[in-house]
Amino acid sequence: MTDRKVKLTYPHPPARPGEDPDFSGITIPEAGLLDVPPLDLDARGSRPYANGLIRVLDDDGNAVGPWAEYLGEDTETLMRRGLRDMLRMRAIDRRMMTAQRQGKTSFYMQCTGEEAVGCAFQRQMEPGDMNFPTYRQQTLLVAADYPLEMMFGQFYSNDLDPLNGRQLPVLHSARDFGFFTISGNLGTQYVQAVGWAMANALSGDRKIATAWIGDGATASNDFHGALLMASVYQPPVILNVVNNQWAISTYTGVATGKARTYAARMRGYGIPSLRVDGNDFLAVAAVARWARRRMREGFGPVGVEWFTYRVAAHSSSDDPSAYRPKDDGAAWPLGDPIERLKTHMIAKGLWSEERHAQAQAQILDEVTQVQKRVEAHGTLVNPPPTNPADIFKDVYAEMPDHLRRQRQEMGY
Amino acid sequence: MTMIEALRDAMDVALERDPSVVVFGEDVGYFGGVFRCTAGLQEKYGEERVFDTPISESAIVGAAIGMAAHGMRPCVEVQFADYMYPAYDQITQEAARLRHRSNGQFTCPLVIRMPTGGGIYGGQTHSQSPEALFTHVAGLKTVVPSNPQDAKGLLIAAIEDPDPVIFLEPKRLYNGPFHGDHTGKSVSWASDARGDVREGYYKTPLGKARVTREGAAVTVLAYGTMVYVAEAAVQNSGIDAEVIDLRTLLPLDLETIVTSVEKTGRCVIVHEATKTSGFGAELIAEVQEACFYHLEAPIERVCGWDAPYPHAQEWDYFPGPDRIERALRKVLEV
Repeated sequence: MTDRKVKLTYPHPPARPGEDPDFSGITIPEAGLLDVPPLDLDARGSRPYANGLIRVLDDDGNAVGPWAEYLGEDTETLMRRGLRDMLRMRAIDRRMMTAQRQGKTSFYMQCTGEEAVGCAFQRQMEPGDMNFPTYRQQTLLVAADYPLEMMFGQFYSNDLDPLNGRQLPVLHSARDFGFFTISGNLGTQYVQAVGWAMANALSGDRKIATAWIGDGATASNDFHGALLMASVYQPPVILNVVNNQWAISTYTGVATGKARTYAARMRGYGIPSLRVDGNDFLAVAAVARWARRRMREGFGPVGVEWFTYRVAAHSSSDDPSAYRPKDDGAAWPLGDPIERLKTHMIAKGLWSEERHAQAQAQILDEVTQVQKRVEAHGTLVNPPPTNPADIFKDVYAEMPDHLRRQRQEMGY
Repeated sequence: MTMIEALRDAMDVALERDPSVVVFGEDVGYFGGVFRCTAGLQEKYGEERVFDTPISESAIVGAAIGMAAHGMRPCVEVQFADYMYPAYDQITQEAARLRHRSNGQFTCPLVIRMPTGGGIYGGQTHSQSPEALFTHVAGLKTVVPSNPQDAKGLLIAAIEDPDPVIFLEPKRLYNGPFHGDHTGKSVSWASDARGDVREGYYKTPLGKARVTREGAAVTVLAYGTMVYVAEAAVQNSGIDAEVIDLRTLLPLDLETIVTSVEKTGRCVIVHEATKTSGFGAELIAEVQEACFYHLEAPIERVCGWDAPYPHAQEWDYFPGPDRIERALRKVLEV
């Protein structure tokens, strides 16, 4: 018998405000080490992928290893489009944060640092596939060429908003662009994606579903229910965990516990899972392409942990300087997704600093022009005329009497 | 036909008519459900249409929402209404709101069946009546059938409905009508006209109540098991009461209720669920708002006591015919 007291553990991030960023606890394997597994990979065989990290772009910006080859020789279009998508996303975030600070909208959420995940992923999906995103996957819409007028309309709840002002800004819905209506409740949609994928299989439509969740929300019961359902029925669903290290102010360790990785946790459900450098545009594209091909072949679900960093605040209502070092994002050892792709493209002779600066300015200008046009339809500063009676529409397919009476009481 | 057979028949008809209908839940596949409501359906329609699930109500309902949004028509079973709480988030904040929050881009034609109510010595986790937790939520419809005929027609209508429907099946009525006397001989549906169920396809519209007994002295509003208990109380008392079986709580058939109360001027409301914030409170509010100047007496409620549903004291808890009879006499005294 020892005198040792039984103690609980309370995970802490390696550094807090006033301290230097510290990512020394994160092991980053060399780029290009992991093979491309066969499409019928099983959970057991996925062990090295679940505990390792798939990387294509090395520290010098070279694309290396089997996953680079998997993308083929001609990646120029893919990269040009990807860079444009990511720059556009960053421009939208920049413009909208400013607009929120000016009081033009109530709320906004940025995805700074995570642009590669959705932008690279979406370009590998097929028409009719359905994403079940969280609030930080606007990238999926940008890379689906969703009209910016509709996106900004939603931010401003004006007459260009496809959702008639019913939803909080950033909680988009765009069925025709493969984007399921975002709930805002964490985790709930993970299992809905599994159900949608079951319907894909049952209807034989050859489409797939993709589920999205953040590292913090993997704690929710729906995450576990979804993995079990996917493991049991084997529908064509890609189960994505975007590990951006933070759940508002809560360090990712509070959601991981003593597990090694989120991919490993998914693998524990019997689902083959891979862990990928989410700031590496080419790695994301390659793994997304592999996962989509696996779905097409009917080999069942796959889990992917996208390892990234939430550089921006959680939302416009959050101030990260209260819980993490000031320059944490800049110190992230896997860098910035846009910078990394840019460096690679320059090394390949496809791009230059001048063209980058030019493109950045041009895209920002395009986004600004759209934003101004949409703002002319009304913002919170200049509120658009609303249609109050719209509240009662779409509660049910057909309006029941009690709602009709309430609408009359409202004066319509 | 028992109510179990009628419900099975409804799902059989729906599965036969529409390939997008699927049935699943805990124990509903190979075994056919703990109450046997889905017996034989997997054998007939195959595992892709009727299947067993893990014990996770939130996953059952969550997956069903995804399927419904895709365009299928899932009809899922939650083994007891008492087990629905883990799925409550999915039901109230997801299923109920898909249509509205997506401005009609996504809809949720989903039925969630669950056995409800007491009278079977089920204790606190097999006896609850949580209907008010559903009627309080915008976007849901809530149905409580009281007999095999209605159960079949209402379930087919629920499956065909474009919106999510909570389908509460009074388990005490599964095998026969129950008049509230647990010491009496159990009665089978074979001896009751409402157990005579038509073959094939028919719908009983949602949102339509039914007058089960016409009368002039007082209106009794009831649903589920309490329809029979109320009828027994009326018969025992000799009072000329009008009994209305609400059948659907939301949308509510206010017209039938108001017509009756304007005629009788008195109203007694009966439900098994706990009294405070129960559906009876909503009914009282609606009735007084619409019929205030016709009322001759305060409206009475006969409900489950505001305590967890007990095991050994079940019949002290259950709102039996004697309590209903007292309430009838009380509203007639004024």
